[in-house]
Amino acid sequence: MLKKISKIPFQGTREQELELKGIIEESKHDKSLLMHVMQEAQRIYGYLPFEVQVMIADGMGVPLEKVYGVSTFYAQFALSPKGKYDISVCLGTACYVKGAQEVLDRVCERLGIEPEECTDDAAFSVTACRCVGACGLAPVMMVNGEVYGKVTVDEVDGILDKYLAEA
Amino acid sequence: MYRSHVLVCGGTGCTSSNSGEIIAELEKQLKEKGLENEVKVVRTGCFGLCALGPIMVVYPEGCFYSEVKVEDVPEIVEEHLLKGRIVKRLLCEDAKHDESGDHIKTLNETSFYSKQERVALRNCGVIDPEQIDEYIAFDGYQALAKCLTEYTPQQVIDIVTKSGLRGRGGGGFPTGKKWSLGAANQADQKYVVCNADEGDPGAFMDRSILEGDPHCIIEAMEICGYAIGATEGYVYVRAEYPIAVQRLQIAIKQAKEYGLLGKNIFGTDFCFDLHIRLGAGAFVCGEETALMTSIEGNRGEPRPRPPYPAVKGLFGKPTTENNVETFANIPQIILRGADWFASYGTEGSKGTKVFALGGKIKNTGLVEIPMGTTLREIVEDIGGGCPNGKKFKAAQAGGPSGGCIPASLLDEQIDYDNLTSIGCMMGSGGLIVMDEDSCMVDIAKFFLNFTVDESCGKCSPCRIGTKRMLEILDKITEGKATMEDLDKLEELAHYIQENSLCGLGKTAPNPVLATLRFFRDEYIAHIKEKRCPAGVCKALLNYYIDPDKCIGCSLCARACPVGAISGQIKSPHVIDHNKCIKCGACMDKCKKIKAISKR
Repeated sequence: MLKKISKIPFQGTREQELELKGIIEESKHDKSLLMHVMQEAQRIYGYLPFEVQVMIADGMGVPLEKVYGVSTFYAQFALSPKGKYDISVCLGTACYVKGAQEVLDRVCERLGIEPEECTDDAAFSVTACRCVGACGLAPVMMVNGEVYGKVTVDEVDGILDKYLAEA
Repeated sequence: MYRSHVLVCGGTGCTSSNSGEIIAELEKQLKEKGLENEVKVVRTGCFGLCALGPIMVVYPEGCFYSEVKVEDVPEIVEEHLLKGRIVKRLLCEDAKHDESGDHIKTLNETSFYSKQERVALRNCGVIDPEQIDEYIAFDGYQALAKCLTEYTPQQVIDIVTKSGLRGRGGGGFPTGKKWSLGAANQADQKYVVCNADEGDPGAFMDRSILEGDPHCIIEAMEICGYAIGATEGYVYVRAEYPIAVQRLQIAIKQAKEYGLLGKNIFGTDFCFDLHIRLGAGAFVCGEETALMTSIEGNRGEPRPRPPYPAVKGLFGKPTTENNVETFANIPQIILRGADWFASYGTEGSKGTKVFALGGKIKNTGLVEIPMGTTLREIVEDIGGGCPNGKKFKAAQAGGPSGGCIPASLLDEQIDYDNLTSIGCMMGSGGLIVMDEDSCMVDIAKFFLNFTVDESCGKCSPCRIGTKRMLEILDKITEGKATMEDLDKLEELAHYIQENSLCGLGKTAPNPVLATLRFFRDEYIAHIKEKRCPAGVCKALLNYYIDPDKCIGCSLCARACPVGAISGQIKSPHVIDHNKCIKCGACMDKCKKIKAISKR
């Protein structure tokens, strides 16, 4: 899977670092918990910047190359920060057959970014995600976890307007 | 005692359309009316009819309400629960006997449910998945008790073997045989793994089972552990399924509190511990060796076999892996016997199978049918056919690893061997319906895009081969391909099938081969005529002016940068497709009248 790596400088806080170190401390006895630690790190930081991957590698006692290998392998791990509003459009088969690609195209066109990118003001990011399992509502898009089902291309603008006004 | 039970679906689909708020509002209203001790609200797992969610069923009447909104709750409480009058306008269409809605059909009498036979899904939409007592009330953990106190491990394996159960994750390997292979190897530690990494985009039965009946998976894994001699188990769940993960965590905690999981279960020597591991989104992790590599905390790359997991699996120890739906059948097989299970289905495929109906079909959702049911019964009788009167074109079974079944084969029976013989596969049970508006070349390209993205890169036939196939498909959908490309595409497909390391690569060409087999004319239309018959492939679309709508204002002709549009003022204009560069400027100018369309 091809990943876009962010050039935005890392801005982590002391609290975030302490929380991550706590999780590493609980998990380092079992190397198979590496993915769990990385999932927690992504929860804390929103993505996995290089600096965080170094922290995980040092803390867990595994080579950095392995952490990087895992982070680039799985779709869930993001190497670029997410926007304040993360928009994901499901591109599972059921959604695709019902026109999810056009929905995604419209979202990208409107925000002026590609999938896996974030707008310059860090307000929006777009993800083309795999099946979320809500195939009965296809096509599905989500904004920060809030689900919009049976979305048509014409509805996209209305949904985005709501968040653009708040951003 | 409650006089009435209100079941509200808490599956992912209905939760996404606000069933959580409906439950909160119901409880609030019932309290205000002082009915909280008479009417019980139950948040169940998935009912299956996701298209009509949120779903609510009121017992004892069995009254089936669909597409309920929060605003409807006061009326349901006031009219139905207080005064006993059914709210007709909210009744599911299918649940009415006649126009008036005076006589209702119960859930099981509706056409969506009447042809179904629910074994794996039996508790979904029936019990509250977060209450172990409800599971126990529906014979929960009885199968485990029976195994531990009445049967030897070998007897358990014999029952499973005799039932004829085969792996429901796609491969169709006989479950009993898998277990006996696992039991045969001696080791200080063995593992049971449950594959809940439902990667096929468009299949969601495993998610629904975990959400609707998590204890049944715990019970089945313990039975498997007892049969093969394992004391530890792992459930590998997709991280995209937060509700399933949460309910499984609750279920494990409750089972431990009840002494049904952990040390000395039912007072016997049998001990079993269960862990949850979250996947992180990799299709290849559905392959058993890749899944185990992932549980160990690595890149989820498959390992060459042999050694098979039954010999050397998770952490290098003998491991038996089954998928969620396979496990969900186990407790019922133990309780009701192998013969009962084998009474469903066909010669080589016993029992029932859950399908996730999706795409261009009226009743999207989950259905469980006996093996041997025809595709026509699933699509037309249960699924209600394609919406808006469109014609059925094909159904994709088996997701990115499967193939399409065209309308001419609608009367084929669903079973493992039959589907394989028509160049398709059972897969995990995703069934995506496509109508006349779907382009089969585009669908093949969609799946290949998926496999290119998901190929782990370990072996070159899959890593490089699928990419080259995708490039050829791109050429075809852009109208730049030749007939030689088509031959190359087929040749590559067979090569990748034969030479890839794991199931992902071996099956990646299937969608292309199946569409080539049944819809070759569509490929040829793209190549020779530079035309997409379904009107999907953007590069091949042409702009047309509807002569009935065109008022002859000439705005389009003036906007056209290449002078491709001609016509007299106040009479319909036409586009010369030889000159047209498809910039779309004409369509932008015609926004008011909307006489220009892309076809």
